[in-house]
Amino acid sequence: MNAVAAIDPSHAASQRLRERAFRAATFGAALLVLLLLGGVAVSLLVGSWPAFSHFKLTFLTREIWNPVTDQFGALAPVYGTLVTSLLALLLAVPVSFGIAMFLTELAPVWLKRPVGVAIELLAAVPSIIYGIWGLFVLAPVLQRHVQPWLIDHLGPVPLLGKLFQGPPFGIGVLTAAFVLAIMVIPFISAVMRDVFETVPDVLKESGYGLGATTWEVIWQVVVPYARTGIIGGIMLGLGRALGETMAVTFVIGNAHRIGSSLLAPGTTISASIANEFAEAVGELYTSSLIALGALLFFITFTVIAAARLLLMRLTRKALSPA
Amino acid sequence: MSSINAQRVLALAALALCGTAVAADISGAGATFPYPIYSKWADAYKQQTGVGLNYQSIGSGGGIKQIKAKTVTFGATDMPLEATDLQASGLVQFPMIIGGVVPVVNVKGVQGGQMLLDGPTIASMYLGEITRWNDPRIHKLNPSLSLPATAIAPIYRSDGSGTNFLFSNYLSSVSPKFKEAVGASTAVQWPVGIGAKGNEGVANMTAQTDGAIGYVEYAYAKQNHMAYVDLTNAAGKKVAPEAQAFQAAAANADWTHAAGYHVILTNQPGGTSWPITGASFILVDATPPNPAATAAALKFFDWAFRSGSKMAADLDYVPLPESLVTQIRNTWKTQIKGIPAM
Repeated sequence: MNAVAAIDPSHAASQRLRERAFRAATFGAALLVLLLLGGVAVSLLVGSWPAFSHFKLTFLTREIWNPVTDQFGALAPVYGTLVTSLLALLLAVPVSFGIAMFLTELAPVWLKRPVGVAIELLAAVPSIIYGIWGLFVLAPVLQRHVQPWLIDHLGPVPLLGKLFQGPPFGIGVLTAAFVLAIMVIPFISAVMRDVFETVPDVLKESGYGLGATTWEVIWQVVVPYARTGIIGGIMLGLGRALGETMAVTFVIGNAHRIGSSLLAPGTTISASIANEFAEAVGELYTSSLIALGALLFFITFTVIAAARLLLMRLTRKALSPA
Repeated sequence: MSSINAQRVLALAALALCGTAVAADISGAGATFPYPIYSKWADAYKQQTGVGLNYQSIGSGGGIKQIKAKTVTFGATDMPLEATDLQASGLVQFPMIIGGVVPVVNVKGVQGGQMLLDGPTIASMYLGEITRWNDPRIHKLNPSLSLPATAIAPIYRSDGSGTNFLFSNYLSSVSPKFKEAVGASTAVQWPVGIGAKGNEGVANMTAQTDGAIGYVEYAYAKQNHMAYVDLTNAAGKKVAPEAQAFQAAAANADWTHAAGYHVILTNQPGGTSWPITGASFILVDATPPNPAATAAALKFFDWAFRSGSKMAADLDYVPLPESLVTQIRNTWKTQIKGIPAM
């Protein structure tokens, strides 16, 4: 008797059926994502069509946002979205890198777990809590202590000083960037920590074995190995910062203006939509708000595509002989 | 008191006579400003009659859209629709409850009720023309106050709201320059100042910014004991923000000649009228697709007019004057088709 004869043919058939059903189910699930994404894109386009066809390209180039006269332009919210998110990354990336590096390479074992859990808890705090905290706690501190200092000491500096002009309101573009930075730090540092942990010990030990210092091992072994993961973490943070709504709405000052100063109030795409959609009357007004949403969709899509491209080039560079 | 009880008994009897088993819940959607009082009325009404109210406070814009799409029995809006718009969409509009907007300030040494301002001065502040509290125009209105040279920080509501509409409408009606530069709507493009979200955001920004001026709903200013400002009204008299002053504005308004009750209660005549007053409106179909549902909704509103005043006052809303209520009942009778007489 050989082994093949022992297999029950009916059992094999049912096994094949189950496999096929499972394959179909997973395929359906994957297809659902595409359908949802396509549905969102189509409904955004349809909804924003009246605004785009009415204002044409001026929708992208004008700062005006006047519901009374039905004149809308997206420049101020797009500018606010990009500036707050980039500033937030500027603040959050170094800190997140430090947290992740400390946790994986430098921290004593007893400290790793509590700090790691604390970061995960921070990531779970709802954004409205950050908004309320930003408005009631952070804004007064910035208004009384930080912003007057910035205005007095950096204000007179040529060029750079332009960013720190005007009265210290406490809320504004800079405050929004601060709150966003605090919100994305847990995400970026959690991803970075995970990728640093994937660096094989053998590699690091070889470095140490060759007489490298901790500094050299971190910068010449760990960071190059984890490069793609680091960029992935930063992009995750950027995606979150671009779309964050509630926390920003509370602290940005919600003015459809582009101020040269970082202390001035501004607005973002998602904050404008959250503020105005419920009470927006008239087709052009509603459509302009949806058009803002379409722009945010486009910006996020571009960011993800750019990140992919960057990763692809990095991988190719790493694979090609130096 | 006994007459109110008698009315209640009559209302209940009328309901009992209608006979049908308890109808489905009344459905409505719209303005957020009257939501607290509508839900309080709904609770009491449900206890008395068993008929519930499902009111979604999705904002005036949403309320208008939903009643036009006929997905709800009534819509609610803080910004009244024009008579032409009502006619085009086959809707009947009437006011339901009155509220007001109160300017609040944060100026060193100034307590609630100590400062007097007028519309043109406030408009100039929000246009960025008056920038310091010791400006001669403010001093002229308040000769006894010694005001500091602090910069004025105008705070506005960033979310679209009836409060914004009333405030910008008032400033537009007293300042031609404001009307031209900014205009009146639930959301406007403010030339200066910072936007805070909701009453609580405006209140908080005003409280923590030295030299700030903001505006909040009357109930909010009263319950939080904010440093409110007295205003000079259309008759040139000084008024304080009190329930009677809001009611006076509603009583002095000319409702009879306004098609669709399109009256905005800002800057009304009368020596005791608070100038930034407004009504919240209800929209129903003139030819209801489901007459029974619309009748049930009107019955609820009728009950609220009869026995809801005390509850409204508890929440610092202002009930409509009796003369106006009579007129509204008449409108129901003559303009809404196919519903049984109440």
